[in-house]
Amino acid sequence: MHLSKPIRNIILIELFVPVLLLTIGIYHGLMQVIYRAGVIHQSSFAKLDYYQGLTLHGVINAIVLTTFFAVAFGHATIAFHLKKEPNYRASMLSVCLMVGGTLMAAWAMLMGKASVLYTFYAPLKAHPLFYLGTALLIVGSWVAFFDWVTIYSKWKKDNSEVNTPLAVLGTLVNFTIWFVCTLAVAYEVLVLLIPWSMGWTPTVNVSLTRTLFWFFGHALVYFWLLPAYIMFYTILPKLAGGKLYSELAGRIAFFLFLLLSIPIGVHHQFGDPAIGRGIKLTQSILTFGVAVPSFITAFTIAASLEYAGRKRGAKGLWNWVWKLPFFDKNVYLFGYLINGLILFIFGGLTGLVNASYSLNNVIHNTAWVPGHFHLTVAGPVFLAILGMSIFMTSQLTGKKIFLPKINTIVPYLWTVGVLIFSTGLMWGGLLGEPRRTNLGLTYLNPESELYNPYWVITTMLGLAGGGIMFAAGLLYFIVFFGTFLSKRTAEPVIDFPISEVYHTEKRVPIFDTFRPWLVAMGVILFMAYVPAIMDTLNNNGKKAPPYLPTDPAPVISTIEKK
Amino acid sequence: MLDKFERTVIGVALLVSALFIFCLFYAMGAKKGNVTECLPYDKSYEDARVSQVDKNTYQVFYVARMWNFEPSVVYIPVGSEVDFFVTSKDVVHGFDISEKNVNLMGVQGAVAKTTVKFDKPGVYKVTCHEFCGTGHQNMQAEVIVNYPSK
Ligand code: HEM
Ligand SMILES: [Cu+2]
Ligand SMILES: [Cu+2]
Repeated sequence: MHLSKPIRNIILIELFVPVLLLTIGIYHGLMQVIYRAGVIHQSSFAKLDYYQGLTLHGVINAIVLTTFFAVAFGHATIAFHLKKEPNYRASMLSVCLMVGGTLMAAWAMLMGKASVLYTFYAPLKAHPLFYLGTALLIVGSWVAFFDWVTIYSKWKKDNSEVNTPLAVLGTLVNFTIWFVCTLAVAYEVLVLLIPWSMGWTPTVNVSLTRTLFWFFGHALVYFWLLPAYIMFYTILPKLAGGKLYSELAGRIAFFLFLLLSIPIGVHHQFGDPAIGRGIKLTQSILTFGVAVPSFITAFTIAASLEYAGRKRGAKGLWNWVWKLPFFDKNVYLFGYLINGLILFIFGGLTGLVNASYSLNNVIHNTAWVPGHFHLTVAGPVFLAILGMSIFMTSQLTGKKIFLPKINTIVPYLWTVGVLIFSTGLMWGGLLGEPRRTNLGLTYLNPESELYNPYWVITTMLGLAGGGIMFAAGLLYFIVFFGTFLSKRTAEPVIDFPISEVYHTEKRVPIFDTFRPWLVAMGVILFMAYVPAIMDTLNNNGKKAPPYLPTDPAPVISTIEKK
Repeated sequence: MLDKFERTVIGVALLVSALFIFCLFYAMGAKKGNVTECLPYDKSYEDARVSQVDKNTYQVFYVARMWNFEPSVVYIPVGSEVDFFVTSKDVVHGFDISEKNVNLMGVQGAVAKTTVKFDKPGVYKVTCHEFCGTGHQNMQAEVIVNYPSK
């Protein structure tokens, strides 16, 4: 499909800006494993403090990159499937808000005024522009979404008896989740934290801010994941040379995500005081509910791939696996997606440990946790983003991929790296190695009283794996920027490979309408979260003034000074 | 609609989830694993102290601050049962005794509580595992079990 030049450019900016920033994120990923392994015993390196860098790493990799990509991919998906371009003014406003917000937050972080990590837990205080910038980034993504909703409503009026294309359904479900969950964090940031960080209100309820953050924080991980799921369902089977086993399964999975992605955020707060055990247990159990759509997806995708392998002449029980086009540079996207799926098997299983209520005590906030989520967000999510960003860039600029062979091996190299890296971190976590800690200064410093020799091997594994990940990241940058800078050889277009469906299925109206699902979503959310919020309001007995990360004494607010 | 295989898979997925949930309850019941108790807060939790309730039962009230725990060293006879209470006087801190699967968050204005039995002598490290500012990596305390008292 042909897209007008301004829309193409907006999408390209939404790919280019976050990937440019990602260079900082990946650089500091490498630095983190170096510090943590005790290779250097310093609080900062090349003018970048460990925790400042970790904030950049979390915000850029997990929030900026993922949000920009979801919007860019959403624009392309909606336009391609509904054959209608997004509105220029809305898209322009959206990208300006997102870029502007990102620049504000980046400034605050790079100036060292916001070293509070990407969770910005109060009462640690960041510069107001850090909060405002993040909020604008989010609002910008809403604007794009509102525009898609208008396009979709018009389309649906004309096509009321036609199934909404699965990719469009997935995109709309994803941004509905995103819109609802970000309302909580927008409230936290705009109503509670900005006035407090400006000194207009003296104190905040820490338990409440944490609970609002995690109302958003867990759904955030599904917001990362669903673009990858859309690719698994609608693109991967085609790349493999087969068909999608069942489209209905995809619809069911997406609607289950709509119901269950948000009301489980308290599973990040099992160790928090002020929230009752009943709420924690309920949300722990609901978390297992949200594993069901992932099981469904695993089966559907495996069945689709098996079909592809057999079409390519596979015999016997397992031979189909080896018939898939792993190293075919013409379908390099297959390599990115399949490696993500392989990592996700381990990511999903380790996630079940985290979700299991009291079992969470074994691993909460240890190195296990980053070990786990580099198998998810730095696994299927990140690899899908890398592969698709190259695919879209090449198509939207009409340029050939720079170094296509290198491009084909990037996901394999990355996967090997992550597997080693995560083994190290998860093992360390089981031995009590804390996350979010500059281990090189104390725990991995033989000169320090706190030195712990058990964590030498685990952090060394992290270093080895992290080094490989860094190398893969570097190769990706060469391919991505190389493609951007090369000469145009074709007409710019956007054409996604689209999987046909294996079963011919009748349209099931309930899986092609939003209203009843939205109502159910609201009801579940209400029941799961009203008690949690009430608990934080009732059980937290003292509000907290702001603190800078560098100073044990609170920041005196302007109100008190007067 | 869904075919036979898909229905089987959804059935199996539900069954597996049910199994996991059963395990979760088993861990609570048979293994007495649980998350922090939810207690109402009052100011007395901001006094760091150790108190002996009876011969084998102790209560330790920890106060986490940037960047240490108070009390920083606690002596407990082997075989004691100890209630740990944790609160924070400033930012959020972590409270992790890895060998005993004690894992709590220290939050200003709230108190976390768990109970542990120390059957084996040793030095148990209490590590802060939530980022709490530039001194976070220095923040560790000790529970010394079966040590001649000070
Ligand atoms: C070269 C590649 C990478 C390396 C070596 C790396 C390494 C690490 C390490 C060691 C940590 C833990 C630091 C600590 O807790 O003290 C960490 C945290 C994190 N990483 Fe990565 N990482 C890489 C790439 C990525 C990517 C691609 C993503 C996401 C798309 C990502 C997302 C995160 C997030 C969200 C955190 C948590 C930050 C926090 O705790 O505040 N990382 N990374
Ligand atoms: Cu979660
Ligand atoms: Cu601390």
